[in-house]
Amino acid sequence: MSNITPKIELKRLQKKFNRKIVLDSINLKIMPGESMVIIGGSGSGKSVTLKCILGLMYPDSGSIKIDGTEMVNISIKDHKKILSKFGMLFQGAALFDSLTVWENVAFGLLAQRTYDRKEAKAIAIEKLRRVGLSPDVGALNPSELSGGMQKRVGLARAIATNPDIIFFDEPTTGLDPIMSDVINELIVECVKDVGATAVTITHDMSSVRKIADNVAMIYQGNIIWTGPRDQIDNSNNNYIEQFVNGKASGPIKMELLKG
Amino acid sequence: MNFLAVIGRVIISFLRTSGRIGIFASNAITCMLTPPYYPRELLRHMINIGYYSLPVVGLTTLFTGAALAVNIYEGSSRFNAESTLPTIVVIGMVRELGPTLCGLIVAGRVSASMAAELGTMRVTEQIDALHTLSTDPFKYLIAPRIIATVIMMPLMLVVVADTIGVLGGYLLATTKLGFNSANYMKSTIDFLETIDVIASLTKATVFGFFISLMGCYHGFNARGGAQGVGISTTNAVVSACIMILVSNYVVTEMFFSS
Repeated sequence: MSNITPKIELKRLQKKFNRKIVLDSINLKIMPGESMVIIGGSGSGKSVTLKCILGLMYPDSGSIKIDGTEMVNISIKDHKKILSKFGMLFQGAALFDSLTVWENVAFGLLAQRTYDRKEAKAIAIEKLRRVGLSPDVGALNPSELSGGMQKRVGLARAIATNPDIIFFDEPTTGLDPIMSDVINELIVECVKDVGATAVTITHDMSSVRKIADNVAMIYQGNIIWTGPRDQIDNSNNNYIEQFVNGKASGPIKMELLKG
Repeated sequence: MNFLAVIGRVIISFLRTSGRIGIFASNAITCMLTPPYYPRELLRHMINIGYYSLPVVGLTTLFTGAALAVNIYEGSSRFNAESTLPTIVVIGMVRELGPTLCGLIVAGRVSASMAAELGTMRVTEQIDALHTLSTDPFKYLIAPRIIATVIMMPLMLVVVADTIGVLGGYLLATTKLGFNSANYMKSTIDFLETIDVIASLTKATVFGFFISLMGCYHGFNARGGAQGVGISTTNAVVSACIMILVSNYVVTEMFFSS
């Protein structure tokens, strides 16, 4: 086994909402430069896992390590320092309505206070170009963009600070199949450009096949399978098989009917 | 027993909410006093809150001042005390009606707008996005709004409300009720004391704090999509109005209780 420290390491991560256990005991290692895609049904705990890693939610117990540094119960100052390593593309893009497109893209650069507005704008325009948007889009408001363009702007914002780790939350939800493929390709290219570790959560199997190096499946708050992308079609796991093939019958459906 | 349980639940809920608002306010004040600061955001909110509220504040207080003059003239004429009209108008407007009316109008306009904007940001994950971009949402969203309201309420809005309210009374008294312009002005200036103006500006500052605090608190904690944003907006306006009326009494007692 190699001695490389995992970029992200989750150990026995648990999160409950009142009595409902959303994360039971999540164990997962993501190595530097890896593109991990987490799949699972709605309400299986994918988004909660991501929010716990980002510090948007506090886990009830367990450990989250980034580059070997424990994230649970660290000081706000240290947490902020580690957060600067992250970029994130939200499901609905989450662009700031009160700012123009270029200001959205440059937001992380300006927040770090390492660039003045002129320099940040130049970088933002370059990142917009990288995701296939012309510089004049930079002057528009987010409400003037289509869903696909908003996702591209969200992607440009996520890569603007050249982060070490990029999260993608349902990157193709609500997009037509062609635009989904365009976004998937952009994600692969941008992650390679930046040299980042990527974590994507999705239901979309075409995204999985395009983006993933490795795949993890969450079911009932546990990681029930991890493996390389190539093995998802012959995993010998009934849950994976049912999910990948989108079958109504299978162990997942049976569990739902019991509930 | 059920009735007592309901009362108990209401009291616990009230105390819990009060505690949360207290913690939110202390976090907001800490963020207002510590860097980083966002002057561009502060300026944007100062213009939105101060400048764009001027027309509605001016119109409301102009007609309220005029209506106040009519009522005082009618009442005082019953015992031949019409000459007290300028004094009562100026004291009534500056001490009470100017700041309170202005506060209620700004609560309706600004508190609602803050709650709706922050609530929408919450349900569309924009606040989470700020967090991931290494930006403290309290410093970027809450602190500039509270500072802008606390500055603009006394320095622009209530000064204008008081002045235009007194002007409304003056215009009505001199054009319809036969008052001499110079005498009216002299009575107004002679009877207006410094403490009246200080009380008015103090009220404006306190109201500004509560208006923005309620708007920010309810918007920031909005949950559950469009309906949640609607509920947070209603709660922001209602709670801001209640806080204005309660704090108005407290500040009045502080300044003028014998």
